Amino acid sequence: MSAEIANSALPVLTAKDFASDQEIRWCPRCGDYSILAQMKKVLPTLGIPREKFVFVSGIGCSSRFPYYVNTYGFHSIHGRAPAIATGVKVARPDLQVWVITGDGDALSIGGNHLMHMLRRNLDLKVILFNNRIYGLTKGQYSPTSPVGQKTKSTPMGSVDNPLSPLCYAIGSEATFVARSVDVDIKHLTYVLERAAHHKGTAFVEVYQDCNIFNHDAFLYASDKSIKADHIVYLEHGKPLVFGKDVKKGVRLNGMHPEVVELGKGVGEDDLLFHDEKATEPSLAFLLSRMKYPDFPEPMGIFRAVEAPIYDEQVALQVETAIKKQGAGNFDELFNSGDTWNVD
Amino acid sequence: MSSTEVPIAEVSPADPNGPDPKKLEQVESVVIRFCGDSGDGMQLVGGQFTNVSASFGNDVSTLPDFPAEIRAPAGTLAGVSGFQLNFSSLDIFTPGDAVDTLVAMNPAALKTNVGDLRRGGTLIVNVDEFEKGNLQKAGYEANPLDDPDLIAKYQLHRVPMTRLNRDAVAGLGLGMKEADRCKNFFALGLVYWLYDRDRKPTEDHITEKFGKKNPTVAEANLRALRGGFNYGFSTESFTTHYQVPKAKLAPGKYRKIEGNEATVWGLVTAAKRAGKTIFYSGYPITPASGILEELASLKHFGVKTFQAEDEIAAMSSVCGAAFAGHIAVTASSGPGICLKGEAMGLGVMTELPMIIVDVQRGGPSTGLPTKTEQSDLLLAMFGRNGDSPIPILAASSPGDCFYLVQEAVRIALEFMTPVMFLTDGYIANGAEPWMIPSFSDFPSIKVEHPTGKAGAWGSEENGTGNGHGEPEFQPYLRNEKGARPWAIPGTPGLEHRIGGLEKADITGNVDYSPANHHKMVMNRINKVKGIANHIPLQEVLGPEKGKLLVLSWGGTYGAVRTAVQSCLAEGKSVAHSHLRYLNPFPRNLAEIVKGYEKVLIPELNSGQLRLLIRGNYLVDAVGLNKIQGKPFLVNEVVQKIDELLES
Ligand code: SF4
Repeated sequence: MSAEIANSALPVLTAKDFASDQEIRWCPRCGDYSILAQMKKVLPTLGIPREKFVFVSGIGCSSRFPYYVNTYGFHSIHGRAPAIATGVKVARPDLQVWVITGDGDALSIGGNHLMHMLRRNLDLKVILFNNRIYGLTKGQYSPTSPVGQKTKSTPMGSVDNPLSPLCYAIGSEATFVARSVDVDIKHLTYVLERAAHHKGTAFVEVYQDCNIFNHDAFLYASDKSIKADHIVYLEHGKPLVFGKDVKKGVRLNGMHPEVVELGKGVGEDDLLFHDEKATEPSLAFLLSRMKYPDFPEPMGIFRAVEAPIYDEQVALQVETAIKKQGAGNFDELFNSGDTWNVD
Repeated sequence: MSSTEVPIAEVSPADPNGPDPKKLEQVESVVIRFCGDSGDGMQLVGGQFTNVSASFGNDVSTLPDFPAEIRAPAGTLAGVSGFQLNFSSLDIFTPGDAVDTLVAMNPAALKTNVGDLRRGGTLIVNVDEFEKGNLQKAGYEANPLDDPDLIAKYQLHRVPMTRLNRDAVAGLGLGMKEADRCKNFFALGLVYWLYDRDRKPTEDHITEKFGKKNPTVAEANLRALRGGFNYGFSTESFTTHYQVPKAKLAPGKYRKIEGNEATVWGLVTAAKRAGKTIFYSGYPITPASGILEELASLKHFGVKTFQAEDEIAAMSSVCGAAFAGHIAVTASSGPGICLKGEAMGLGVMTELPMIIVDVQRGGPSTGLPTKTEQSDLLLAMFGRNGDSPIPILAASSPGDCFYLVQEAVRIALEFMTPVMFLTDGYIANGAEPWMIPSFSDFPSIKVEHPTGKAGAWGSEENGTGNGHGEPEFQPYLRNEKGARPWAIPGTPGLEHRIGGLEKADITGNVDYSPANHHKMVMNRINKVKGIANHIPLQEVLGPEKGKLLVLSWGGTYGAVRTAVQSCLAEGKSVAHSHLRYLNPFPRNLAEIVKGYEKVLIPELNSGQLRLLIRGNYLVDAVGLNKIQGKPFLVNEVVQKIDELLES
């Protein structure tokens, strides 16, 4: 049966079909609401029956997510969602598995699991809700909080050097790396769709506003009146242009990016052109290092390349072993090696 | 003919039909120990001797003893590796208390092992290694082989093994180092002669292992083996050799089995019985790594193995795979089990079937990685936050691992719970003869996954509907055993969420309310307690009531059983009961322990089972506790029994 026929046999689903009966318990105006809403829009478009989705999360505000989508779900323990999802996916490559995590969950307590999940390239989709704070435990700084940030656990300001989730992901050999903003609805939907269709681990960082403990941490990137000068949308094969009047661009000066004004002898052809399919991750890494306020922060798909998929390889080895050795025979196994008879 | 006149390699092998120049005596049992540097190949020759003795028809029991360091400096005490084997014409349960024959390849090996050699025992040393440097490394000031005490105590054979071995392999063009690498086979050949063993299986093994890849090495090892054998045959140093007749084992076809191997085969067998796939995740750790390696070689049985980035991920991925509907298994040793604790708690909360194998070793912390201990019982019982009950089973011998781990799988599936399966370093690496079963001996294990509208659906009548007059799937609606339904992703209509937060009874929604929490904690506890109604009753060897009960568990079975049997044979009033089910205990255990004036609990820890028995049954049990990284000697148990019977 071709994929098309299989899909056409499916009942048409809508966002409503993915809403669970559980009351949503995020704070008012939390950025999580928007991410959930866009996700519920994307899921019915994927042509996958509802029972084939599994959402796995760790601990934190965002990790409540699985309760609010009416699919299979596993709200697990702090930092371990990548490992749990790995178990689900290796056991059942036919399922579409999403990992929902946060900056503390993924990068602090679960940093080790995240790295290994990414390098293995399981066919998993990961959304990291980055709010640069611990929300559920009521406001301590996280591995993405900037130096100097005053929080409940850093009354004199943080002295902890933060980490960029995307740099980490690219350094861990992720095959799909992207970024979006909670309130940038259209863009977020696009990025989630792209992630869903990627074969391999898709890692998406979403700037998410914690309305209670770190409100407006991403104002520069979300406020419609100012964001054009602070972010640059990545498009494959296109130059990096941005700014209110689209007059600014990013150019390479040796190994370093620099912001330039268009016109005055600088044309689009002089700019850095994005290539999400570059086999080497150097460009993606360079982009992931561009930070506000020195640079516009890139939004979109940094990297989308193909590589062997772990869960498929594991299944393939089992198949190959059966083909080569024949399906395991227990009596043969028990009788293998030196045996002897006692009469 | 004297050995000096004829080059060793040219002596014709002993002809079974020709006259035997030496005396051949029959003995019941022999305990032999090979010891040398960890690079000397002692485990290899020990394994070969075991195979040959087992296939001859002896009962065998082995105790490998390796150093924690892979290659400690050559010749040092820390680098000594040993392999002990008890082979017998009787039914035996232990690798033996005192060593009858000790083969020591260097001074360090002699120093660390000679204390276990019985008075009058045979001591075979490689005299060539007893030179100044090696003596110093072993901390000997004078050559112990000149010590009149040693000479008086043992039958000492100074064999110039290094030299004789070099002679035996001469002409093959091997370098000195390569030539010396064969001397373990020379030693093996010598003891093959001493115990009248058939060389053929080992010769076949050598040919099979090296023949194709490296024919010269194969030939060298064959010559070394024959050289050793012929040396025994011809030298005047040995006047007698011995025969250990076949044991009277139950009729059937046998093979040798090691504990980790048996655990793996049991797991795969149980999965097949349940019609399920095994997902195994582990992180390398001594002495459990063998389970990961062996399972990885059984992919054609449909086994999926995943070497995780750490112990936490191993356990977490097991939770994920269990949710996805596989028989999910992990194995580790104490330090790893500590790390797994958090995710095991998740397994308890989500009530998913999974198996956690703990191959126990000396602790705490890194402890004694290569030495055995039984000190994780309380960790298995209580090592998680909250009231977090997990059923526990403990294997009593290498072969028992095969059967008992299948019980663990059965219980996990039937009761929807994580199950801990305890073995230890001694069982994991030890070997014994194993009567080969037939796969058809094992009944299938029933597993149900609800589908469509069948099973585990609530209704308005029983108060578990959805409030709109419709039935609704209830992930925490229990059956008569207290088990919840195992609805797996991919099943249409049964979409549901689970997790580590407290669950509401029946619906499984998040629920922190006081009464619900109390109820759910008790539900989980009672479910595990109820397993007692679905496991065999505890059995007792010896009088059903009386003066003394010896109660043991796990890998001490062999030593304790042998001790009690010998006491019973002498007419002493003592009984033995060996626990394989440790949580819950068999339902008749209370009655058993209360039937004796005294209860003795021998354990390789400071008294963990004793604490549970005293706590559960208010019985004033006494302990015999050994925490030395070594199994019990039979005699240690006998002495304690005597002491208690006399007092
Ligand atoms: S604490 Fe912050 S992140 Fe958490 S739900 Fe409230 S607003 Fe959202």
